[in-house]
Amino acid sequence: MTSATSLGTATASRSRRVRKYNKREAIAGYLFISPWIVGFLVFTLGAMVYSLVISFSDYNLATNRATPAGFGNYAQLLQDPNVMMSLGNTLFYAVLAVPLEIIFALFLAILLAKVGRGSSVMRTIFYLPKMTPAVATASVFLLLLNGNTGAINKALGFFGIPGPQWLVDPNWVKPSIVLMTLWGVSGTMVIFLAALKNVPRDLYEVASIDGAGPVRQFFNITLPMISGAIFFNVIVLTIAALQIFDQAYLLFWRDQTNASTDASLFYGIYLFQQAFRQFNFGFAAAMAWLLFVIILIITLVQVKFSNRFVYYEGDN
Amino acid sequence: MSVTHAPQAASLAAEYSDAAESEKRRDRRGAGFYRGRSTIGKVILWIVIAAFGLLFLYPFAWLLAASFKPRGDVFDNRLIPRTITLSNYVEVWNQLPLLSWLLNSIVIALLAAGLVAVSSSVVAFGFAYFKFPGRGFLFGLVLATMMLPGAVTMVPQYLIWKYLGLLGTWVPLFGMNLFGSAFYIFLQRQFFLGLPRELFEAARIDGASYWGLFRRIAMPLSIPSFIIVFIFEFQASWNNLQAALIYLNAGSVHQFTVPLGISYAMTLFSPTNGGHGDYQYVMVAALLVTLPMLIIFAFGQRYFVEGVATQGRKG
Repeated sequence: MTSATSLGTATASRSRRVRKYNKREAIAGYLFISPWIVGFLVFTLGAMVYSLVISFSDYNLATNRATPAGFGNYAQLLQDPNVMMSLGNTLFYAVLAVPLEIIFALFLAILLAKVGRGSSVMRTIFYLPKMTPAVATASVFLLLLNGNTGAINKALGFFGIPGPQWLVDPNWVKPSIVLMTLWGVSGTMVIFLAALKNVPRDLYEVASIDGAGPVRQFFNITLPMISGAIFFNVIVLTIAALQIFDQAYLLFWRDQTNASTDASLFYGIYLFQQAFRQFNFGFAAAMAWLLFVIILIITLVQVKFSNRFVYYEGDN
Repeated sequence: MSVTHAPQAASLAAEYSDAAESEKRRDRRGAGFYRGRSTIGKVILWIVIAAFGLLFLYPFAWLLAASFKPRGDVFDNRLIPRTITLSNYVEVWNQLPLLSWLLNSIVIALLAAGLVAVSSSVVAFGFAYFKFPGRGFLFGLVLATMMLPGAVTMVPQYLIWKYLGLLGTWVPLFGMNLFGSAFYIFLQRQFFLGLPRELFEAARIDGASYWGLFRRIAMPLSIPSFIIVFIFEFQASWNNLQAALIYLNAGSVHQFTVPLGISYAMTLFSPTNGGHGDYQYVMVAALLVTLPMLIIFAFGQRYFVEGVATQGRKG
């Protein structure tokens, strides 16, 4: 925001800028955005500061008192084995889910783009799962994924493959959720579809005259041309995967009387339990800030990494 | 509210602009992505895409079939039930307070969507039309808030509602929508920036107040994007499990919303919890709460395409 100009020129340019604003108009502008300013100050900025304070305190819900606890909560983060375990589960899930979602969504989008006429019906069908409430999806997949009676294992059995105990076997917990997520992948697909439609057709024509086959065209034209959309989707899906809650809660943690397998304890679930089952607000706030830092670092790494691969129009 | 809502919203927005685009391009077919030409290739392509289509529809068909089955048959995976019974559809209302859940969720979703659509629109107009110091910085802040994980503000927001004495009410489920929401502000602002400025200048000369500009010109013209925001937020609210868990789980079952209620029902009927495995009721409930979303989608899809297409013709 700030430039490296000397103070003198900065104030000079500022006073010049001030004259450009119509005072009444500026006041009206502030009034129009005032709802957001109030909401931001209270529910975002205020809440962030408060959250930071709580993370350095022991919060007593009965007395509404936050007694300073120094780095106690953060030290506890390192000691609590569940924090590291749930973080590991979450990262593992993200590493498994994001690439599969990208590949599957891109695959469907390419199918739709190739079909052309008539694709709108298929697009609507692919979109329906996205409109289905997570709770309905989970209630169906809970039965479809049942290791003994579920339709998925019955279908696998038809091909002679013995299906796993999806929801019970710790090794298959994450694939279960990935399967459910892939069913609702159409949001990502639609972004790819829009990107594919924007690739200039001339590029393919020139390439095929030069003798490039479909595979080379895909890797040398399609992928570079839609790299912006891939980048966007990777970032958004990663952030969503790191915050996974609904699916894991509905499939594994609904029932408070029966503990689920450790493999299904995701960071979001453990944080929620600490905050609103144990009411360890200080510890939960510290967990939230750790998550924030992790998401920030991963996103920055992705942005840095993408600069080498992402093509933006008008870049050259 | 958070970035996790954004992809879905962004994708829908992309879909609709995409639909309008394809309408414009219908005459010059073949524009855009490379298409195979051979007939065999086309047939194989259609077989593959239809197979995936069936795969995507299967859970819906399974759900529909299960909702008509008696208790013992729910797990038999038949798409055509051995015995078809309508009693699930009658009995579910006695087994679960489903009517309360539906009504609660409808009220909350209407309030959440209505409030956020209006407030975001007002704020977006402020950012789009007026010039004031710090506008760029503040709008950057709006966008930056989308990056913040909800977990960071979850606990303080709970304490704020507690301090205001509103725990146990529905207010925490829609109250923050009074203040606009980043992604919707962004969406509405884009729309307002597309309106010709002369329209507003002319109205100013005719003596319209700033509020009049918004109320009489910007609002009526932005109905398409207003409805898009409304539907996005309605869906987000309809799906919102975590907030319901935080704010309503301790209260009466009759105060539950749809996601919380069905989550509760899934556990209630579970044999591990002493239930009798009456999943047929859960299936009926799951189907009934999905229908409103599919209806909204059917209605909204056409509406958006028209709205966005009209805009395209004007430009």
